Amino acid sequence: MTTLAELARLIRSKNAGPFQLTFDIMFDEVAQYERARDSGAFTREHMADLFHQPPADVDIYFCEHARAVKISMPRPCSQGDLEDSDSHGGQQYAPLMDIEIA
Amino acid sequence: MSHPEDEVRVVSPSSVCGAGFSEASFERALSLKPHFIGCDGGSTDPGPNYLGTGKTVFTRAAIKRDLRLMLLGARRNNIPLLIGTAGTAGGKANLDGVYEILQEIAEEEGLSFRLALIHSEQDKEFLKAKFRDGRIVPLKPAPHFDEAVIDRSAHIVGMMGAEPFQKALDAGADVVLAGRASDTAIFASFAMRAGIPPAVAWHAAKILECGAAAVTQRKTPDCMFAWMRKDHFVVEAMDPELRCTPQSIASHALYENADPFRLVECSGTLDLTHARYEQVSDVAVKVTDSAFEHAETYTVKLEGAELVGYQSVLIGSVRDPYIIRQIDDWLARLRVKIDARVQQVLSAKGVAADYTLNVRVYGKNGTMGSLEPVDQIASHEICLLFEATAPSQDLANTIGSIIRHQALHLPIPEWSGLITSIACPYSYLERGAVYRFNVNHVVQPTDPYEMFPMDIVEIDGTRQRRSVA
Repeated sequence: MTTLAELARLIRSKNAGPFQLTFDIMFDEVAQYERARDSGAFTREHMADLFHQPPADVDIYFCEHARAVKISMPRPCSQGDLEDSDSHGGQQYAPLMDIEIA
Repeated sequence: MSHPEDEVRVVSPSSVCGAGFSEASFERALSLKPHFIGCDGGSTDPGPNYLGTGKTVFTRAAIKRDLRLMLLGARRNNIPLLIGTAGTAGGKANLDGVYEILQEIAEEEGLSFRLALIHSEQDKEFLKAKFRDGRIVPLKPAPHFDEAVIDRSAHIVGMMGAEPFQKALDAGADVVLAGRASDTAIFASFAMRAGIPPAVAWHAAKILECGAAAVTQRKTPDCMFAWMRKDHFVVEAMDPELRCTPQSIASHALYENADPFRLVECSGTLDLTHARYEQVSDVAVKVTDSAFEHAETYTVKLEGAELVGYQSVLIGSVRDPYIIRQIDDWLARLRVKIDARVQQVLSAKGVAADYTLNVRVYGKNGTMGSLEPVDQIASHEICLLFEATAPSQDLANTIGSIIRHQALHLPIPEWSGLITSIACPYSYLERGAVYRFNVNHVVQPTDPYEMFPMDIVEIDGTRQRRSVA
């Protein structure tokens, strides 16, 4: 077992427009990417649970060429709204770092 | 129009006009004889206030520096310069501000050229008519939208596609300064007009729109160059220390984009499912097999901002471990005290206490709010950010001053006597008007141009300079 943070070269979050949030998890090596992809960690249910969203609103993409896993979901509140604490959505990825990868 | 070598070359000097780029990189790009220069001028990234107020996020001086170099390079080589999303948000005031800078540069440098100004701010009656016709449809997720939202909006812009840029080039524009535009349309427009297939043009544009961001290790915003041909494109960063790899280029489709395989534009969808990336030199990547599906219905995305209120903020911190360990309870008691005092002051003034108080607790969950999975904190100090939002700045300031005084002396059971419970580096600050994004919808226009009227202006910097002299 290892954590996703140890396996990935980059884990990041960012707005995808003012109403959506997207997470990119990138790997140096194909083997690392495939290990993460096949680990079973990236399910709608798991991601929805981490970020308090309905599973139906979560999309997960496996990107071969980029050696990346991508997760997109609605923003908890729209960008710049009174409760928004992260205008760029750039610091929302920390809960992904500790995911255990088999 | 076609180019003899069936190749279209372009430089994208920076990720945003005003973010900067190296002059050495730009000169190198110009030596490669680009057919045009394209640069994005904005983003929703800095938040809704720039559309709301018409201000720019980069300063006038920063925009002017970048624009001057680009304009001089374009005129010296007699190639078009295309700028999209002028002045951060592309609304009328944003566009006017950059137009003014452009005129100043022309005057200072003695430059003459034909300018196309493309407007993207939307007329409210036009939008209401489209809404009544069922021609405004929500994207996912979208806030509630109706005629009242249109009325409440400070500004609404449409995000133009490639066609208005092409119309400007058809009109002989040397420089195109556009309001809100799809970042990619700036680059795809020229390329497609010159005969490059849409799949190649839009995919190259997606890489170009962030300047040299799609490299293995980005240092600062800088120039990206592309060679577009019938069945592929090649990209290379102009700083020789920057390297594009198949992974860095493929990864860029993920950036700020919900779906990494299907990128929706006004006229269709760029499909990258089968795209192939190949290293062709130490630093350049060749891309083939992108696809583009033309949409049955042309759509234009809207962005709108409405005033939420006026804000005063107070920044403070707590170091006392007794207070830190009961911070949620302490803040709940503080809210009651603040509200009681606000009611008291405002009822005396005969004003309704219509306000919102938001408190961020840094060191606990300031970054993630209710999504924060860590519930036990070990911080020896925490930062508190209080935000009072009210219908006027005067009212927000009244509340700001009450927050400061109430927070300063809120007791805890562990201490008896008068305590001073919060450290403030200074008193409350006026933040001014605050806005929210209120639209995530598309319009189905009659044609790609009706939402984007164009003015052609003959800029004569030599005449102006003489008249100044």
